[in-house]
Amino acid sequence: MAAKPSGSRTTSGSRSAVIVGGNRIPFARANGPYAQASNQDMLVAALDGLVARFALSGEAVGEVAAGAVLKHSRDFNLTRESVLGSRLAPTTPAYDVQQACGTGLEAAILVANKIALGQIESGIAGGVDTASDAPIAVNEGLRHTLLATSRAKTPLGRVKALSGLRPRHLAPELPRNSEPRTGLSMGEHQAITTAQWQISRESQDELAAASHVNLAAAYDRGFFDDLLTPYLGLSRDQNLRSDTTVEKLARLKPVFGKDEEATMTAGNSTPLTDGASAVLLASPQWAAERGLPALARFVDAETAAVDYVHGGDGLLMAPVYAVPRLLARNGLSLQDFDYYEIHEAFASTVLVTLAAWQSEKFCQDRLGLAAPLGSIDRSRLNVNGSSLAAGHPFAATGGRIVASLAKQLSQKESGRGLISICAAGGQGVVAILEAI
Amino acid sequence: MGDRYGALVNSGPGKSLASMLGLPRPVNLRRYAVGQPLLVGPALVRGVGDAPLLPGIVRILTSAGAPVVTAAADPSQPGIGGFASGVSTSGGSSAGGASGARLGAVVIDVSAARAVEDLESLRAALAPSLRRLDACARIVLVGTPPEFLPDPVAAATQHALEGIVRSVAKELRDGATANLIYAGEGSAPGEGSAAALQQVLESPLRFLLSSRSAYVDGQVIRVNPAKGAQLAEGAQVTDWSQPFQGKVVVVTGAARGIGAAIVEVFARDGAHVICLDVPAAGDALAKVANGIGGTALQVDITSPDAGQRIAAHVAQRHGGKLDVLVHNAGITRDKLLANTDADRWGSVLGVNLIAQLRINEVLLDQVLRGSSGVPGGLVDGGRIVTVSSTSGIAGNRGQASYAASKAGLIGMVQSLSARVADRGITVNAVAPGFIETEMTARIPLATREVGRRINSLSQGGRPVDVGETIAWLAQSASAGVTGQVVRVCGQSLLGA
Repeated sequence: MAAKPSGSRTTSGSRSAVIVGGNRIPFARANGPYAQASNQDMLVAALDGLVARFALSGEAVGEVAAGAVLKHSRDFNLTRESVLGSRLAPTTPAYDVQQACGTGLEAAILVANKIALGQIESGIAGGVDTASDAPIAVNEGLRHTLLATSRAKTPLGRVKALSGLRPRHLAPELPRNSEPRTGLSMGEHQAITTAQWQISRESQDELAAASHVNLAAAYDRGFFDDLLTPYLGLSRDQNLRSDTTVEKLARLKPVFGKDEEATMTAGNSTPLTDGASAVLLASPQWAAERGLPALARFVDAETAAVDYVHGGDGLLMAPVYAVPRLLARNGLSLQDFDYYEIHEAFASTVLVTLAAWQSEKFCQDRLGLAAPLGSIDRSRLNVNGSSLAAGHPFAATGGRIVASLAKQLSQKESGRGLISICAAGGQGVVAILEAI
Repeated sequence: MGDRYGALVNSGPGKSLASMLGLPRPVNLRRYAVGQPLLVGPALVRGVGDAPLLPGIVRILTSAGAPVVTAAADPSQPGIGGFASGVSTSGGSSAGGASGARLGAVVIDVSAARAVEDLESLRAALAPSLRRLDACARIVLVGTPPEFLPDPVAAATQHALEGIVRSVAKELRDGATANLIYAGEGSAPGEGSAAALQQVLESPLRFLLSSRSAYVDGQVIRVNPAKGAQLAEGAQVTDWSQPFQGKVVVVTGAARGIGAAIVEVFARDGAHVICLDVPAAGDALAKVANGIGGTALQVDITSPDAGQRIAAHVAQRHGGKLDVLVHNAGITRDKLLANTDADRWGSVLGVNLIAQLRINEVLLDQVLRGSSGVPGGLVDGGRIVTVSSTSGIAGNRGQASYAASKAGLIGMVQSLSARVADRGITVNAVAPGFIETEMTARIPLATREVGRRINSLSQGGRPVDVGETIAWLAQSASAGVTGQVVRVCGQSLLGA
């Protein structure tokens, strides 16, 4: 195994990108204060807050990569349109990224890689999602009928095509929170995994309570003063319950799982959320020339996918595979980190991930490791709260985590942080940041 | 927010009705735009007695591109110069007689007046010109600060100028203003000190003559060459329209109202502005900052480390060089004192006064300046301008807490200005009167109308008027002005 990297990535010998800073809008519960806001509105707000923080009004950056998981068909060019609606120079190129809940982090990886390769000097990675302003499509039958009508060449042909219309075609097509290949919702999938790994209700509630306590404390000490810009009357995440306790969470009824195996509640699962985030990355030179900070170095990243349809892995288990590969490539052990940012899709997702890394059998059989990755110091986990408290606008979570972790590392002035994000479709995106 | 009455009495039928009923008719004040000439018409420049500052004043006006009419036009009145029956404008206008060319300004050097009889010369010079003023014309008297004159007669003579200016300001119509500059340290300015005086006189004179001072009326401003030493050492102004080129300015309370207007003035005049406000106002703050290509900094000024956070930001982004600090953030929690609890009292004094005192302490810390210390403090020759209020001068029913904080700021300005004078730093306050903002728009109609009208200009000021005055005080060229409170109130009856 290679020696531990001392500074920038050594594999390619290239420079690495630094995180200059981030901005997000407070996350709101679906159908709450942002119910009328579109993805574009929120992404523009996140971008404009970032522009104001770093005095980039009228300036062009190398590129903006961002995306949304739930997207209207009119938003085919969502990110570019958002850039045009923002205070960035209209000469800033942009493109959409979509990797379910991994979108935000994947966007950051794309931008960081281009910077590392010297293709761009600066870039913004972002993500946005609204579960309120969700796209509703016309019925598939209606769509086929309308397309057939427009293909028809004669008036008679058009009438004939239209005659295929049936009352049932009026029922709209709603976006579903379920896996197309299994028909199970993400919660139902995770309930199976939770039961398999025998994750207790108490441990899930403890993790959820810690998320709220940590996030509230971070707000109280002003941690988010330069990471967040208020939006539509919200200046803190709406989902945050600073007074929540394990006891209060224990009173909630399970919503996923069956009988005594039903341990997942609305309290230890993330709610549907609206929000947006953006992260400014740059080459160290670009940041220095503008007197902008370099909070942390974007060291490396890895993506994995699991066969949750036919294989034995849970839908949200892919990061469990991605992390050991990332560690090996960078010559690090799981214990070499000062901060662990494991996205709390559900409290049990985090706990299953940690349990899997501690399981000798799993590490040997499934990860092909000689020894388990081992346990982590739980006091280093999600120290400023995570998705259970903040909420989880799918594509915006990556940007939230990257910016927060970078600031944590900058305040600590040393050390390293690990990001792990699970995503629909059995995928996982993980990354390493390092203090400068 | 709009002044409907003002619009009405300036409309055709409204105009005749107002004049028939003798109602006040506020005019649209001339306000500054880039590239605008200093004055609306020629300036009549006169002197009383020796008038040692007269040549300097003429030079200032000439360099500002303003056409000047001087005493030389009429040698028949020695001492006060000639202006009786004919004014020859430098533009070669053939206008003659008392109803001839309209004047853009009248500037009279009264600094040498030492006897009450000298004031007759002033009257004789000023009176005829008053009928010939153009709309939004300017009257500026330049005197000697009476507090430096040991002779009671001389002091009385100079102090009389305040009464004259304040009364004339109330007599003027059509947006014209009258203000007084007391220049110098007491002794009749001799040859050498006249040059020094001219240098520090230029900035206040240009300001009071220009439309930047649209809502500054009936005010007395003191300039002191001793405190202008920093300026003498090479801070010559090269471009009066871009005085903040390359400067870094922090404005607190920048998200809306007067703060946003201050930001825009500084940005227009070349500054990089760090727009600061509480995190909860961040969205409005971002819009302000993005509008001028500035930076948004979300900091609660009452947090104990606010000063350090500002310094750290300046150090990171601007090489530790802060040129101007504008304390604009303020809150009101109005209640009769009998009904004011400790919370309301504490929050007003906390935001409006304690926070400023604490931030000043940090940003003026000598350690912050040197390479050995943490950078990000105010540079030598820097500027602090704070926003006081006419309520702080006159008091206001239901505003004991607010008035306490705003009066406290005046004390801060007076004390701090003396302490940092050796570093060439000036500390001043502006005291806005009735300014048309979202805040004043919420005042009940009757009270609002009274507040708006009880001043010599019969109208409320605009946020930009406060911004212009602050930006003037913050210029390098304003080195001679420190420890002052300049009201931006249209000569409001409150606190007059």
